[in-house]
Amino acid sequence: MTTAPTRPPGTAEHTVSAVPSRLGALLRLRELPVTVALIALVTITTVVNPLFLSPQGVKDLLLNATIVIILAAGQALVIITRNVDLSVGSVLGLVAFGTGTLFVTVPGIPIVVVFLVGMLLGALLGAINGLLVTVAKVPALVITLGTLYIYRGLNNAWAGGTQYFAGDRPDAFGALSVDTVLGFPLITLIAIVVVVIVAVYLAGTRAGRDLYAIGSDPDAAKLFGIPVSRRVFLAFLTNGVLAGLAGVLYASRFNSVGATTGSGLELAVVAAAVVGGVAIFGGSGSVVGAAMGALLLTTITSALTALRVDKFWQEAIVGVLILSAIIIDRIASVRTARKLRISEARNV
Amino acid sequence: MEFIRNHTRKGAAARRLASVTAVVAAVALLAGCASDTGTNTGTDSGAGGGTDGDLSITFIPKQLNNPYTDVVLGGGESGSEEAGFAATEVVGPLEASASSQVSFINAETQAGTSVIVIAANDPDAVGPALEEARAGGAKIVAFDSDTNPKYRDVFISQVVAKDVALIQVEVIAEQIGGSGEIAILSATANATNQNEWIKFMEEELASNPAYKDITLVAKVYGDDDDTKSFQEAQGLMQAYPNLKGIISPTTVGIAATGRYLSTSEYKGKVALTGLGLPNEMRPFVKDGTVTAFALWDPAQLGYVAAFAGKALADGTITGAEGDTFDAGELGEREVGADGIVIVGPPTVFDAANIDEYDF
Amino acid sequence: MSEPGSSTTRSSPVTPADKISSLDTRLIDTTKTLPTEPKGRTGAARILLGRDAIMIYLLLAFVLYASIAIPRFASPVTVGFLLLDVIPVLLIAMPMTLVIITGEIDLSVASIAGLTSALMGVLWESGLDIGVVLAISLFAGVVAGAFNGFLIAVAGLPSLAVTIGTLALYRGLALVVIGDNAVANFPPGLTAFFTSKIGATGIPTVMIGVVVVALFFGVLLHLTPFGRGLYAIGFSKEAATFVGIRVSRAKFWLYVGTGSVSALAGIYWTLRYSSARSDNASGLELTVIAAVLLGGVSIFGGTGSIPGVIAGVLLIGTINFSLRLERISDVVLIMVTGSLLIASVVAPSVFEALQRWRHGRRMHKTLPQVPASGATSATAPGVQERK
Repeated sequence: MTTAPTRPPGTAEHTVSAVPSRLGALLRLRELPVTVALIALVTITTVVNPLFLSPQGVKDLLLNATIVIILAAGQALVIITRNVDLSVGSVLGLVAFGTGTLFVTVPGIPIVVVFLVGMLLGALLGAINGLLVTVAKVPALVITLGTLYIYRGLNNAWAGGTQYFAGDRPDAFGALSVDTVLGFPLITLIAIVVVVIVAVYLAGTRAGRDLYAIGSDPDAAKLFGIPVSRRVFLAFLTNGVLAGLAGVLYASRFNSVGATTGSGLELAVVAAAVVGGVAIFGGSGSVVGAAMGALLLTTITSALTALRVDKFWQEAIVGVLILSAIIIDRIASVRTARKLRISEARNV
Repeated sequence: MEFIRNHTRKGAAARRLASVTAVVAAVALLAGCASDTGTNTGTDSGAGGGTDGDLSITFIPKQLNNPYTDVVLGGGESGSEEAGFAATEVVGPLEASASSQVSFINAETQAGTSVIVIAANDPDAVGPALEEARAGGAKIVAFDSDTNPKYRDVFISQVVAKDVALIQVEVIAEQIGGSGEIAILSATANATNQNEWIKFMEEELASNPAYKDITLVAKVYGDDDDTKSFQEAQGLMQAYPNLKGIISPTTVGIAATGRYLSTSEYKGKVALTGLGLPNEMRPFVKDGTVTAFALWDPAQLGYVAAFAGKALADGTITGAEGDTFDAGELGEREVGADGIVIVGPPTVFDAANIDEYDF
Repeated sequence: MSEPGSSTTRSSPVTPADKISSLDTRLIDTTKTLPTEPKGRTGAARILLGRDAIMIYLLLAFVLYASIAIPRFASPVTVGFLLLDVIPVLLIAMPMTLVIITGEIDLSVASIAGLTSALMGVLWESGLDIGVVLAISLFAGVVAGAFNGFLIAVAGLPSLAVTIGTLALYRGLALVVIGDNAVANFPPGLTAFFTSKIGATGIPTVMIGVVVVALFFGVLLHLTPFGRGLYAIGFSKEAATFVGIRVSRAKFWLYVGTGSVSALAGIYWTLRYSSARSDNASGLELTVIAAVLLGGVSIFGGTGSIPGVIAGVLLIGTINFSLRLERISDVVLIMVTGSLLIASVVAPSVFEALQRWRHGRRMHKTLPQVPASGATSATAPGVQERK
């Protein structure tokens, strides 16, 4: 279990459509490039620095990825509907600070309650985004750019100079990101469960499939009778809940939560989804892919340090990865289009 | 289709009207906000404004909303009150970036503030703006992190830079038994104060025979960001498996590193010291992650800066070497070479004395 | 604004809201006109009541308010400091306006400025002549913009994704180039020039250059066929191609434009603060886009103007500086920026929804109903308008 993290379950979407050629289906998987890149990265790094996959090394890798994985899974839902949520960093910050505040102001509060309150707060903030986007029919990019500022402002106004530290929170809460089961930290297990649930929902339920239809062609989806607004709202709401969960976990893992917690995270999250094969204009991609993207991006950071590569290269490499992901996606879609044309021509 | 077109036209006009209403409402809201907050915070700003006799002082920290900064500013505010400033303000950017302080300095220049106390994020980026402020009659006091010396009158330094460097090397050497690999986890790569300490640490490690078996293998920067410092600490452990100790001469860095070590298998095996706030470090000292660390009293830093500003504004001192001024309950202070005023010796905190401090 | 290709039916761009309204009217006979519907505005009224004009009124109103309510605001010093602060945003907002009008976006602008700044620092330290340094840095911006343009216009990749990628890439290259260093010792004469003012007006000398850039893009957008073509592209790419506008080429050059101007902003940033660092101008892209949208450019493309955007940029800049003078925390600024942004896009939609609802009621009263099945065909042309 300590080797390269393999793809978590939940890719039912692809196994269900049993194509005659298994290999061909595998090669067409949108998650393939990111998986290959991840395996290659981990292999090379481990060969050079065996310590990279030591139990502590693996634990750190997983912990680093956990929060971005959850955020990327939520973001994937939103992007698949041809929207985007830039406010996730600010939502995470607000919830993380809220978590710190709760533990201090309500001594002895059960941890489960804190999780619920955090996710509820996230849901509220996500619902505001969703409402503004669906009711006002304004692009999500603009709305969530606005709420990015507003939520961050609220966080600043609320927190001021106050910061809460790990010492202010119960040990059991901090232990969530320390204790492991089979080498997996508890909060990572939470993240995996979340990804599986969202992936199953997206691939296996009517509402989940609707999101793809909406992302492919919102007008057609509407004509087809899909409740577009309701589904999009739901995607934003879910994303808010997940960002809230990520905020609570952030407070568990890191030392301090304050006014600037989580700022600048939004682009990393969108990047993770894109690298993981979620098309920025909606309609295709998967939650598992986005989670893999998140794992890849966070692993690069650790790998570069472990390889003692100049850390200045890190951001440039992330940029190259994003561009590669888009180009691969483009090539794949052009080929699919051509194949479709040929097969249609035969059928005439 | 004819109908749609007309409808659209009308819609467009109505839309415009709607946007005006909305934006006007937002601005009105802001105006309300502005006048409200104006009267709340600026209790005495109306009277201030730098007319003679009514001196005003403004603190511009590296960034607002930082616990260390809050302690420093607390001292600064009580100092400026005791020193007799008519108006005290604190302004500053929310995130510490090189250029973000400039527009704050500009606004203070325009406000005719008598004394600007600044902790520079970049020693040069604030230069031209400070020169303009000086041309407008303001006195410039740098504290915590110096600007380029030509842009300020005095620099209030926490401690003798060399002392604070040596004390950290001494503590780490003791904890790792005098030999092994160590690393430094600093704030931003451009931070004037940290870089000076690091320079002295490197010199000391190279020149003092007692430290000949200690090698400094890496210097990394956590940018005074909790998450980044945390990950840098983690990266250090992975890249340097033989690492025996980490020095983090910044309060954010040492706390983040403490958090990482205390939650990993390295707890108690890798020594950590540096500069930290007792309140932030208490759990790590109690759980054995950290044995000892150092700091000065940050409140005194702000306190002395306020009195230095008063002396400059009154014309009692000019910032020349040998000038002395009264620093309230901290007694008399002397301006040293390069216009540097030293506040006091650093304190070493450990399990025995940490509970005596509350900041 | 007559769109080539759409004979007489449409004279203002169809926003998605319009599309929806056309869908909603499917139960109604849309071949007849209501006698009470007003005709479109023309002439002076159109200019004086347009979205741009409103932004300008707002700006003037706020300046007036600030001059009265905020002590020390009304002075040449304000003009100087305020303009020095907004110049980078103002510069980048010009080409950004054109890009967004075509329905695309460029998130990499601040990273290009940072890359330029880093390059300047390293080249200057290596002892090159400052003229050569400036030329190379500017050229780097052109290349960076052209790379964006190639991926978006030639390879046909989505601009949002591409420029998120190059946002990371260019900022990363800036780090690779200059690392943790900062270079500060630029020629004092040059840095002094960048903060100098024209006489006693308080207007920074570099504003002359900024005005030239603004005029260039203003004329390009509003007075040339190329500029008119941009609106057509933003309105409907297919239609624009159909009437002979070379969409790819236009987009490519727009990205070269944002790259070059971002490089200029990077050079300005470096010399104004006399500090070349890799993190210069970081996060500026969102400020620019917020200002452009506030200035009345639709994120869907097809509408917007340079004067409106200039007013938008200056409005945010003025609010910002007023808050500084009043020593109100940046927290308020952040929230105001966010609220203005949302208000400026949501209010029209909400208002229109209301309008449509009222209109719909009137329609039901005055017009005879037709069977639902027959009417849907009328909406067909409106459905597949966009991407």
